[in-house]
Amino acid sequence: MKILTMPSFGADMAVGTIVKWNVKPGDPVSRGDIIASIETMKGLIDMEVFDDGIIVTLLAAEGDELEIGRPIAELQLKNEEDSNNSSVQIVESDDADSVDVGSNTVVNQEGASNLPDSQNDVAKASRVLTDVEVKSVGSLNTQRPKISPAARSKAEQLGIDWRKLSEGTGPDGALLLDDINISDRESAEPSLDRVKDSKDMMRDAIAANVSRSNREIPHYYLQLDMVLDNTLNWLSLHNADLPPSKRILSNAVIYSAIARALSEFPAFNGFYRDDHYQPSDSVHLGNAISLRQGGLMVVAIHNAQRLGLAELMEKIKDQVNRARNGGLRMSEMQDATVTVSNLGDRGSDTIQSIIFPPQVAIIGIGRPRTVPWVIDNKVTSATIVSMSLAADHRVSDGHSGARLLNKINTLLQTPERLV
Amino acid sequence: MKNQNLTYREALKIAIGEAMRNDERVFLMGEDVGNYGGCYAVSKGLSEEFGADRIIDTPLSESGFVGAGIGAAIGGMRPIIEVMTVNFSLLALDQIVNNAATLRHMSGNQIGVPLVIRMATGAGKQLAAQHSHSLENWYAHVPGIKVLAPATVADARYMLSMALKDPDPVILFEHVMLYNDSAVTPKPEDCPDMHQACVRKSGNDISLITYGGSLSKTLQAASDLEEQGISAEVVDLRCLRPLDTQTLFKSVNKTHRVIVVDEGWRTGSLASEICALVAEHCFWSLDAPPSRICSKEVPIPYPQHLERAATPQVAQVVVAALTLLNRDVT
Amino acid sequence: MNINDSKVHMDIAHLQFLFKQMLRIRRFEEKCAELYTQEKIRGFLHLYIGEEAVAVGVMQALKAEDAVFATYREHGHALARGLSMDKVMAEMFGKVTGSSRGRGGSMHIFDVEKRFYGGNAIVAGALPLAVGLALANKMQKKNDVVVCFFGEGAVAEGEFHESLNLAQLWQLPILFVCENNGYAMGTALAISESEQHIFRKAQSYGLKSHAVDGMNVVEVESAATQYCQRIRKGDGPCLLECNTYRFRGHSMFDTQLYRESDEVEAWKRKGPIMKLQRWLEANGKLSSAELKQIEDQVAEEINQSIAFAERSEIEDISDLYLGVYGESAS
Repeated sequence: MKILTMPSFGADMAVGTIVKWNVKPGDPVSRGDIIASIETMKGLIDMEVFDDGIIVTLLAAEGDELEIGRPIAELQLKNEEDSNNSSVQIVESDDADSVDVGSNTVVNQEGASNLPDSQNDVAKASRVLTDVEVKSVGSLNTQRPKISPAARSKAEQLGIDWRKLSEGTGPDGALLLDDINISDRESAEPSLDRVKDSKDMMRDAIAANVSRSNREIPHYYLQLDMVLDNTLNWLSLHNADLPPSKRILSNAVIYSAIARALSEFPAFNGFYRDDHYQPSDSVHLGNAISLRQGGLMVVAIHNAQRLGLAELMEKIKDQVNRARNGGLRMSEMQDATVTVSNLGDRGSDTIQSIIFPPQVAIIGIGRPRTVPWVIDNKVTSATIVSMSLAADHRVSDGHSGARLLNKINTLLQTPERLV
Repeated sequence: MKNQNLTYREALKIAIGEAMRNDERVFLMGEDVGNYGGCYAVSKGLSEEFGADRIIDTPLSESGFVGAGIGAAIGGMRPIIEVMTVNFSLLALDQIVNNAATLRHMSGNQIGVPLVIRMATGAGKQLAAQHSHSLENWYAHVPGIKVLAPATVADARYMLSMALKDPDPVILFEHVMLYNDSAVTPKPEDCPDMHQACVRKSGNDISLITYGGSLSKTLQAASDLEEQGISAEVVDLRCLRPLDTQTLFKSVNKTHRVIVVDEGWRTGSLASEICALVAEHCFWSLDAPPSRICSKEVPIPYPQHLERAATPQVAQVVVAALTLLNRDVT
Repeated sequence: MNINDSKVHMDIAHLQFLFKQMLRIRRFEEKCAELYTQEKIRGFLHLYIGEEAVAVGVMQALKAEDAVFATYREHGHALARGLSMDKVMAEMFGKVTGSSRGRGGSMHIFDVEKRFYGGNAIVAGALPLAVGLALANKMQKKNDVVVCFFGEGAVAEGEFHESLNLAQLWQLPILFVCENNGYAMGTALAISESEQHIFRKAQSYGLKSHAVDGMNVVEVESAATQYCQRIRKGDGPCLLECNTYRFRGHSMFDTQLYRESDEVEAWKRKGPIMKLQRWLEANGKLSSAELKQIEDQVAEEINQSIAFAERSEIEDISDLYLGVYGESAS
């Protein structure tokens, strides 16, 4: 038994209406016979049957509108095994169609040629406005200040709540990059007061430490300029489809390179106490975080050499936030085995730091800057960063210090491996 | 001899001749390329060297001979089809969009069309509405073809051979105002890979993105801005499809501000595409909205002052940059 | 020379072969109609029913090295050219095993191995391509023929005129075959062409051209063979007009309001398959047993191709961009 369904005559056709059945139950049919007339949006189309057989049941009536594929009749096939082909009959007429189009052509002349009304209306109504100055719609939300995306990113990085800032220098009082400063005090956060006292104490302690360091530790200093373009380009691509909160900054890449390099140079990562050096088996990278009201905190990122870039980025952001708003843990304040000092975009080109005892090294990172550079014997432009190493000469010498810096540089050239 | 100059037109001619000498499959076909020497004198003299069988003058049948170029490419040749200007290419749009761009894909990657089409484009010679179109964006809209806009003598000299090596149809747009441009004879290393954009001038404060005939205006604007203490970076797109988004994003992320200078009409322009890309991918770096300087929504007028008013000019770019940088416009 | 004095001698075996070829196409098309109503084949479907003699007849004159361009009504041409029915059916089902990896569908059957270049959906769009391929052949000193099939509707397009002009001007080795079935979709030839004899238009461009009875496969084969001989000798392009008729609508979704059923019936009585069948039967060269055997073989082949198409996979979506651009040689 074959179920005959409402046929599709074209991609535009969704439904069809049976206008006339040419057969009734019990009628024999041959392949090619027209068994019904179907009304479509284009007009009447004949429905042919593709097999020889006998109509058993009509499952839809004249006047019924059905979707494509709905059953409309049952056909008992003449040859049940081979439902696809004809019998032995000699082909009498060339084509089995015995089309009876004539009687149907009277009915529906409207057919396909007229546009639906809505299209006509559009065609008449269009008086297209050319080159009208497109006016910006004024800001509907007057509650919070306008801020450029760049300024907003910067504010978030610095932990500044820009919603509390007053107007900036941009159009309509919008806050621009230049309006976001690290020393911004206008966002008076109450949490700062709570932390202030302990920060003062910390400052004193650092002061004492630093003085002692200068007296007691024989420092030597090395510097290497590193090309940052590979890292920056890779970050561009990597960050392209990430939301701001997930983006990785170049600092994270640099810190990761430093941490991983240090894991191969134990002479720069450990504590010198009581005339004895104990290298650390993991790199707890001390991130020197500047505080808004002045002062410095060195916050340890534990096992930094094992962290992936995304993790490291999160860690840094989180610690900066807690450093400024309170909430640092004791271990974070004590455990750093080496320190990294980074003055950020507005810092200086180079930086010579002072080692925080009992550590034996400190790495300073200057600001990234674009300069003329020679690559492959050609002058081109490159973004470079000057990295400096101050190390304890009791534990290491310049030769290994230079190798450390070069190792960091090498890692920075293939940032994708740090992920 | 080293310091001898070369014009854009001469560079193209040398490129065509060199290609034809190196590969017997290459031939040039188009209106008036042979006996007349080319509407813009690009092919002058080539007919004498290569003969009428390889420098083929066609009747005024754009659809016919562009389609024939496609057919010849399918048949193993490497034709360079010259359509006199982009204005006449509209007659061949069916062949380009429905055949050249689609044959590879429609055939399930069986058929490639290694065809190069060169067209003159742009306004500036008071040729009025039907001879002044910039329709690079129409072609850059279509997957399956590549679109190049050589803006320098070096690009004119070396982009053609890169295009000839490409397995897909490549359209080269030659802005009419560039043919007389002159520069020191370039070397191959002066022309980066055809898919790359090029930073023509480095800067920090704002990115000026442009292509083709608008490059010189943009460089001039950058120079004027320099005098006002503004460091503008000028990026020459060179390849309009596919766009070198890496170079674009790197620039905008660095400078935080972008203006696109595009001689097409603003609506649906290539500049709109670039602004959309910048908004999508550089949003958080932006310190100002992405901006466009395009032709005004008017058929290009004939009289000089109106033609100038309708098309991008240096002063507009300077004013736009100052505005974006929140500076006073003097 | 009276072209009807067929210098091409045909033996009975060949006539039986022609009969089977046409019947194979006929049954294939009928089956496609059924599959279309069941939505197995989607998009547009243009059936060749009634016109089989033209494709089958012309293909006999071709060698493997010759090239074929056809229209969107090309299933018959594809099968007659020797493309595998499996691949053609799978293509219409949109499966990856189709001749174009399913990317093209009914209107874009391509097979480069068989030198079958589509499958072109723009009326007259393939004529310039065919001219170009013939140009390439001539440049490469091959004496292969390019055949371009099109309907009489294409004659209204400028590309028809441009192509014939170029072909004759450059003396290209191309055979234009105009399948004049009297209707361009729903528009009768009488209301669209001032000169309804297509061969006269070709003659006015200088091509060797005449009309044959497109319902007579022997006449078609004979004429095509003689024209191909001319073309291979380098005597210039030809146009063969074949007067034929399609028994079904332009496409499946066609109410055929534009023609009378009497007209359709009259043509059916002159149909190509029946004509040849009657001749064979009258001469005792086709028994009912033999006919049944042919029908069974054809049905079997068709069923196999459907089964093949049904069980084939669709292409992976991750391959969406395959075949938009080719791999660069560099």
